[in-house]
Amino acid sequence: MRRIISILMENEPGALSRVVGLFSQRNYNIESLAVAPTEDPTLSRLTLTTEGSDKVIEQITKQLNKLIEVVKLVDLTEGSHVERELMLIKLRATGAQRAEIKRTVDIFRGQIVDVTSTVYTVQLTGDGEKLDAFIQAVGTMGVLEVVRSGVSGIARGEKVLSL
Amino acid sequence: MELLSGAEMLIRSLKDQGVEYIYGYPGGAALHIYDALFRQDDVKHILVRHEQAATHMADGYARATGEPGVVLVTSGPGATNTITGIATASMDSIPMVVLCGQVASHLIGEDAFQETDMIGVSRPIVKHNMTVRHPSEIPQLVKKAFYLAKSGRPGPVVIDIPKDMTAPNGRFEYEYPEKVSMRSYNPAVRGHAGQIRRAVDMMMNARRPVIYAGGGVVLGKASQQLTDLAHELGFPVTNTIMGLGGFPATDPQSLGWLGMHGSYESNMAMHHSDLILAIGARFDDRVTNATDKFCPGARIVHVDIDPASISKTVQADVPIVGPVDSVLEEMRSLVRESEEQPDQEALGAWWKQIREWGQYRSRYHYEQNGDNIMPQEAIQALYRVTKGDAYVTSDVGQHQMFAAQFYPFDKPNRWINSGGLGTMGFGFPAAMGIKLHMPEQEVVCVTGEGSIQMNIQELSTCKQYHLPVKIINLNNQALGMVKQWQDMNYESRYAHSYMESLPNFEKLFEAYGHVAFTVTRREDLEPVLEKAFAMKDQLVFVDIYVDPYEHVYPMQVAGGSMKDMWLSKTERV
Ligand SMILES: Cc1cc2nc3c(=O)[nH]c(=O)nc-3n(C[C@H](O)[C@H](O)[C@H](O)COP(=O)(O)OP(=O)(O)OC[C@H]3O[C@@H](n4cnc5c(N)ncnc54)[C@H](O)[C@@H]3O)c2cc1C
Ligand SMILES: Cc1ncc(C[n+]2csc(CCOP(=O)(O)OP(=O)(O)O)c2C)c(N)n1
Repeated sequence: MRRIISILMENEPGALSRVVGLFSQRNYNIESLAVAPTEDPTLSRLTLTTEGSDKVIEQITKQLNKLIEVVKLVDLTEGSHVERELMLIKLRATGAQRAEIKRTVDIFRGQIVDVTSTVYTVQLTGDGEKLDAFIQAVGTMGVLEVVRSGVSGIARGEKVLSL
Repeated sequence: MELLSGAEMLIRSLKDQGVEYIYGYPGGAALHIYDALFRQDDVKHILVRHEQAATHMADGYARATGEPGVVLVTSGPGATNTITGIATASMDSIPMVVLCGQVASHLIGEDAFQETDMIGVSRPIVKHNMTVRHPSEIPQLVKKAFYLAKSGRPGPVVIDIPKDMTAPNGRFEYEYPEKVSMRSYNPAVRGHAGQIRRAVDMMMNARRPVIYAGGGVVLGKASQQLTDLAHELGFPVTNTIMGLGGFPATDPQSLGWLGMHGSYESNMAMHHSDLILAIGARFDDRVTNATDKFCPGARIVHVDIDPASISKTVQADVPIVGPVDSVLEEMRSLVRESEEQPDQEALGAWWKQIREWGQYRSRYHYEQNGDNIMPQEAIQALYRVTKGDAYVTSDVGQHQMFAAQFYPFDKPNRWINSGGLGTMGFGFPAAMGIKLHMPEQEVVCVTGEGSIQMNIQELSTCKQYHLPVKIINLNNQALGMVKQWQDMNYESRYAHSYMESLPNFEKLFEAYGHVAFTVTRREDLEPVLEKAFAMKDQLVFVDIYVDPYEHVYPMQVAGGSMKDMWLSKTERV
């Protein structure tokens, strides 16, 4: 099953490589990874998505917790949560396609953030499926480049991951 | 407050941490530190002949005492030479602090002379590692390193020290912190009361219980608590090879050790049990055999300080995260208060069955082969000559298994071997580390002619520091353990498992200033051992030519359950 694991860790050099190293060392797999400092500059928030049986996920969370720099972690998929990913996508946009792309972007509630006479750069946020659907929808129109941020997530309601 | 350079702070921190000896080897990036060492007498440095041996010395000391061993090396090759020793310690959860020189900060990343990314290289085999970023951090980092190495599940910690951090011209206020606290690291201090109660309930209702006790009992200094609990309950106890001495091997309730080469009675009892009480053991593959066939009728209580050890390979029914000593203490008081008692009739029948297994195949069974000295009888002679009370280190191979089988340990911390990594070359330097700290104790390394050559250069260190350890070489003229597998699985095609030209060990040891004896006849075995151990001030090597055909049995059948074993070359059960 796919899981979103969200980690609060010390914002120190080397901490990220320990998390990533753990995955290859123990033969787990990382599908996506997003990391940045939090409102408390001594802490980073790392969100990763991974796939595995319950047993594997249990080991992953235990092994992650053992890393000295990991302060806290939560498996967001255990409760209701919000999941978002940002995509920047560059599309060939000429002639009639320009209007077609614009319409599709509007349907997906994206934004065109850069324009040249032949290219649109589109920004889109949503869960992974929505981003996939957009790529599919514009697929015939010439995708030049896709950049995705990796999943970020947060629990719904009162639940917070903090110290 | 005192003003010290980074290098001086490092050495002072070690002193204030209570460190008496460190083991190491100098080189460019560590020279400021070596200079600071030179200018004081509190922390003594032992110069090894290869950095790997420094780590095993530190490790041997740590296993015998529970205190972290300390290693000091230079950058690059000095640091990479410690890797095998760090991995050895890591696999067996041994506390160790490794101080590595590094090129100066401004050179890092430039492929500078003797630069290795030691943080990156050691990452998968340490409990933690850290780089000094400012000299003033040094006391804090040293304190942290010792705290991490020793607390919770112990393990090795590396500190990478760029050369400019120890430069003599910088001066900083020195104060050694009394304690450290880390918001991200809080090892369990006691087990969950409700879980402990559940476990005790299960113990009271067990009909065929076994206590399976591992290295955690030794590391957690809980052998007394374990022994008391086992006696109060009357349950049989089997140890892992890492847990030897955690429960006295000569106690009537001991079944010996379990697993691939464990005793018949241990493996049979495990397989047929209805309750396994796993205490500080990690269900290693050398123990469980195929996990899908593991002990089908048993419910499992698993006590471990590391949650990740629990249900990693075998699912626990009652997980208890906590230190062995306090969990066992709590179990004992619940057992004492309990109105219930284990069903004595069931327990009696269980013991009867276990005794029958023990009689069918004694754990001290072996067969003679003509006039050849059997490796097992060599170990038995060693046991008699040392009165069963020596610190015994071992290398890796058949001799390791024979030593563990035929030298019953009644005390913890006396059996020192590389279990998890299985590092040939470990035994001799480990013995040196113990002898250095306990000169009054008998320290003996059981080895093979393959293993001993993996750190034999340390004979020179022994001469320099006067370390009269005894080395017992079970000389089967082959890499015996490999050869055994080739006999069993590769129709005796001995691909590189024999030693075509052994050195003349007597001359070799003499060249280093030590003594060596050779034993080829049974009648000489014990007298020569007596003579060797009477030479209190000498390092003595006893080269015992043993039967070259012997295999280690029992041996679990690969892919089977715990009860599937070879008991001899021809008998399979
Ligand atoms: C050639 C060869 C053959 C081998 N054959 C066998 C064999 O037949 N049988 C066998 O048993 N081994 C054998 N071994 C060794 C084997 O590989 C493992 O090293 C060993 O089984 C592990 O022992 P353990 O389970 O006690 O764990 P250890 O590695 O000793 O781990 C200790 C456990 O205790 C926990 N712990 C530590 N401190 C505490 C504390 N204070 N409180 C609570 N928990 C704590 C740790 O978290 C860890 O889970 C062999 C090795 C070699 C080289
Ligand atoms: C450093 C290292 N290399 C290889 C091995 C694989 N290995 C395990 S036992 C063994 C043979 C050991 O031979 P020896 O020391 O003579 O002991 P014996 O088995 O003959 O008693 C080997 C090569 C190992 N454990 N460690």
